[in-house]
Amino acid sequence: MKLSEKERAMLAGEMGPARQWAIEHQKQVGGMFDAEDMVAVSQAHMMADPESLGEAGVAFVEQFAELSVLERKVAIPMITDPRGVDLSYYDPLGQTEEMANLERRFVAACEKLGIMMTDTCINYQTIMPPVLGDHVAYGDTGVVIYSNSVCGARSNFEGGPSALAAGLTGRTPRYGLHLDKHRQATKRYRVTEQPGELTDWGVLGATIGKQAGSYWEVPVIEGIESVPTSDEIKHFGAAMASYGSTPLFHIVGITPECHSLKDVGGEKLAAETITSEDISALRAPFGAKGEKVDVVVFAAPQLSLVEMQQVAGLCRDRRRHQDTALIVCTAPSVYADAQRMRYNDAIEAFGGKVLQGTCFYQQYAREIGEANGWKRLLSNSTKIVNILGGYGYRPALASMEDCIASAVAGEIVQ
Amino acid sequence: MIELKCHKGFGPKVEGEALVTSDDFSARYDLDRINGVFSRPAHKLHGQSYDGKILVFNTAKGGVASAWMLHEMKSRGITPKAIIFNAANTILVQGAALAGLPMVDRFEDGDVTALIQSGDHVTVDPEQGLVTITNRS
Repeated sequence: MKLSEKERAMLAGEMGPARQWAIEHQKQVGGMFDAEDMVAVSQAHMMADPESLGEAGVAFVEQFAELSVLERKVAIPMITDPRGVDLSYYDPLGQTEEMANLERRFVAACEKLGIMMTDTCINYQTIMPPVLGDHVAYGDTGVVIYSNSVCGARSNFEGGPSALAAGLTGRTPRYGLHLDKHRQATKRYRVTEQPGELTDWGVLGATIGKQAGSYWEVPVIEGIESVPTSDEIKHFGAAMASYGSTPLFHIVGITPECHSLKDVGGEKLAAETITSEDISALRAPFGAKGEKVDVVVFAAPQLSLVEMQQVAGLCRDRRRHQDTALIVCTAPSVYADAQRMRYNDAIEAFGGKVLQGTCFYQQYAREIGEANGWKRLLSNSTKIVNILGGYGYRPALASMEDCIASAVAGEIVQ
Repeated sequence: MIELKCHKGFGPKVEGEALVTSDDFSARYDLDRINGVFSRPAHKLHGQSYDGKILVFNTAKGGVASAWMLHEMKSRGITPKAIIFNAANTILVQGAALAGLPMVDRFEDGDVTALIQSGDHVTVDPEQGLVTITNRS
């Protein structure tokens, strides 16, 4: 890989051991993907919850926090994905002091590195959305697919270690989605039924993701007749990335790199139709009408302020069933706004709990499920029902409206 | 002995028993990392132990958390010896690089999940881009 003078200095350790580790890591990763050089990035976003970090990951970052200011500070604005513990509410969830302490140690280390603890997977709705052509190093598959597809930014899936490396060096190996050739469509899909509410968008995204099925496939989608809202396309992309590991899609006439099929080479591809059978097949494992529900979860992605308003509106003047919990996860900045606008009050008067800066599946979901006896989980997020099957839950899927109605009834209403 | 050429990877040369599936892989979605087994019911290796195995998959999928998880698994000593893919994705490459876990992908002779069988004894040499099956010819 071609390295600049500055990059060679980092590699030689002239800018300290943190940057030396970072550039070595990037060289290794870039080598695997035949990157020719590095590209400067404007922001880094790190996924690093204590459950996945473990003691080993926390200690790894702490060693950098002990360096001098000059050696430890990140080189570009760097923000964080949801945390694993809401430090203002963890004991009642069944999270332990040990989990909270890992969290505290990691937050302290990040702050010493100059990382902004935004704790959000909707930074494109709340912090600083990237712009068309912006090279960034983002973690969280939902953040990456939204930023690439809807904003026209350029990012690979950067896992926590690689996002940290990018923060420290201000660059990332130029491979994958940073290159024009990997942004051209490889699969073409035709949609015949228009998605309605958020869950419909999630299910459609999941169906396409499942069919596309790899990091290197780029779906182009025809037939979407109206411009989706940011929340709708957020659920669409998050589900697609979760089911297919796909980091980019184009929607003809809607997303910025695809005014026409030709812009992304889609006219050369044979179109596959997404049928109502495909949609039903995706939903089928997550239908459980009439069954008792233990917990209703709104998360993955965290809720925008608009979604908070919608949930609060559905909660007003109602009360959850005594055996059904309601958990709502949002970004700290949205939490503050929702507090001011009394959406949190409405949700908590219903008997729900609003968590700030976490996302349900990233916060020791297995352990909190066991601690609370939660098995049957209901959500409007197609992404979360995909994930939580592996965590000891029996997940079911319903619209936001039906989720709240089910929380009231104590059983799944659809 | 069967030699399989692939794209160069990274990590030390290792040998061990292969555990092979045509399925894909995510450390976050598929594993019970405390007990070292595949825990997602829909995964083709559900119930099997991955500890000390050389894992062979089609590709990697799912969330970015796997990037930290291999490092965490390694620190507790319950970890595969190496991971082989037809095509790696970015997250598992990044995670293996942090963990110092050998990884290779892209085989000249086609689908590696068909070329290697579960139970085969294999040697993985990432520097050379070479995987050798030593119990068959």
